[in-house]
Amino acid sequence: MSATKKARMPAQGGYALFLAPGMLLCTAVIIVPLIATMVISFTRWQGIGPLHWIGLDNYTRLLHDQNFWASFKNIGILILAMVIVPTMIGLALAAVLFDYVAKRFGPRMAAFLRSSFYLPQVLPVAVTGVVWGWILNPDYGALNTVLNKVGLHSLAHNWLGDPHYALPTVMFTLAWAQIGYPLVMFMAGLQRVDPELYEAAELDGAGWRQRFLRVSVPLIRPEIYVVVVTTTIATLKIFGQIFVLTGGGPGNSTLVPSYFAYKNYFQNANVGYGSAISTVLTAMIVILAVVFLRVQARNQKTEKP
Amino acid sequence: MLAVLLVLALLVLAPFLLVAINAVKTPSEYASGGPLSLPSALHLSGLIDFWNRADFGLMLLNSFLISLGAAVIGVVLSTLNAYAIGIGRLRGRGALLIFFLIANVLPQEELVYPLYYAAKSMNLYDTRTSLIIVFGVIHSAFGAYLLSSVYGEFPRELLDAASVDGAGRLRTLWHVVIPISRSTLTVLFTFFFIWTWNEFFFPLVFLVSNSKQTVPVALGLLQGQNMMDVTTTSSSALLGILPAVLFFLIFQRTISRGITSGALK
Repeated sequence: MSATKKARMPAQGGYALFLAPGMLLCTAVIIVPLIATMVISFTRWQGIGPLHWIGLDNYTRLLHDQNFWASFKNIGILILAMVIVPTMIGLALAAVLFDYVAKRFGPRMAAFLRSSFYLPQVLPVAVTGVVWGWILNPDYGALNTVLNKVGLHSLAHNWLGDPHYALPTVMFTLAWAQIGYPLVMFMAGLQRVDPELYEAAELDGAGWRQRFLRVSVPLIRPEIYVVVVTTTIATLKIFGQIFVLTGGGPGNSTLVPSYFAYKNYFQNANVGYGSAISTVLTAMIVILAVVFLRVQARNQKTEKP
Repeated sequence: MLAVLLVLALLVLAPFLLVAINAVKTPSEYASGGPLSLPSALHLSGLIDFWNRADFGLMLLNSFLISLGAAVIGVVLSTLNAYAIGIGRLRGRGALLIFFLIANVLPQEELVYPLYYAAKSMNLYDTRTSLIIVFGVIHSAFGAYLLSSVYGEFPRELLDAASVDGAGRLRTLWHVVIPISRSTLTVLFTFFFIWTWNEFFFPLVFLVSNSKQTVPVALGLLQGQNMMDVTTTSSSALLGILPAVLFFLIFQRTISRGITSGALK
């Protein structure tokens, strides 16, 4: 009571009251669980019974756990499929759709193509997993059935069940799902660009390639930046596709940190260890986000004349 | 060039087409003609089988109720927070914005176990309510961040005029701020709804009984069981795809406005 009275006192008063429900719920759903997980990461706990304080033991155990290292190595490789490849393809596609298709065949054709590429993005990731799980099934899946029918038996593989093929196969499905997002962002960015800049470049004798590299790419740098940041963070958090497609296997060939934490929480009743994995992942994501924000702030400063 | 692009687009859409043509075949048709042959007739038995086995109508209802509830709570909390921060210009708003930003990037694994434990001890485990609250609050962190910057540039004359007319904070919010920012709020609502619909991790952890599960969880769990024939599997995929595509078509304009105004996953 006294707190709300105090907040009403200053001239700007009355507004603090509007913050109360949101902050109360944020405390209950975000702040307290966040702190609790960090605390639990220093204990041995099975989810029931008393917590045993073990200090840094979970973290030292992580350093010697090859599953932990495998999960982060896999994330590093997955960044290729979720960040680098989609951004490059998205850039090329956006430039072609904006500069060539929209001008030669009308904006409706460009919009149609953009929507086609974007469609995988609207699906729940678990549903994407179901679709690909069926197509890639070694016994009755569409891919192997087709390969066998046309006589290419040697190309048919156990796509998700063979440790050599599982990660590349998962990467392919991720890249497929991801391309639409940078494409839509970059096309929106290109719309922002002043057409006069292109005309000026053309007058200066710049070819299509030069215009793309010297005019388009630098001008949509903010969009490229946002895409790279958000997809990198999304890669670190990846869970649903892995759960549905491979369960992290075979072995640990497609294991990722979030799935590794999930297994420790709910299958191995190793809540303390799961919390340590989650906390390391969280620290990495927050550090990455802070670094990105800093770089962005600096870029904005230097861009202003 | 256009031909190349059309072929590329067709390749991206190929999984959808495969699912659609094989969902309406009989298993024997699949065995003889393979996945690329067109169905001889519309066989809906795979779809009906899966619908009944998964109680799919109920899954749709669960997904709809949870998404709607979370979107409403998310928009209400975002608006209240942003009103205080963006228009009220509270002291310490910088720290609050940083908090919302961090809350936004947190992986769900960092929150899940204490929430799971709390839900169990409060008899909210395995309820739709628990998910509505959790998602509503998590989304509101994003909404508060985005809306605060929108409200920070709200025309002051309108606020001054309202206060000259004797409107209090609440009346100003309801009669001036909300009507003017309605289009931004619509974008937020749409995104919160679709994000919740697509969620997998929290629903997987929180909803154990079949009668409470959402569409993605029901499909994801059935996938692992390997007890369905090929046409039933593609039927299940088709039923999972349809609602998402429907939302996309209905909200297409709102979505593209949202994606590009920074409403990112």
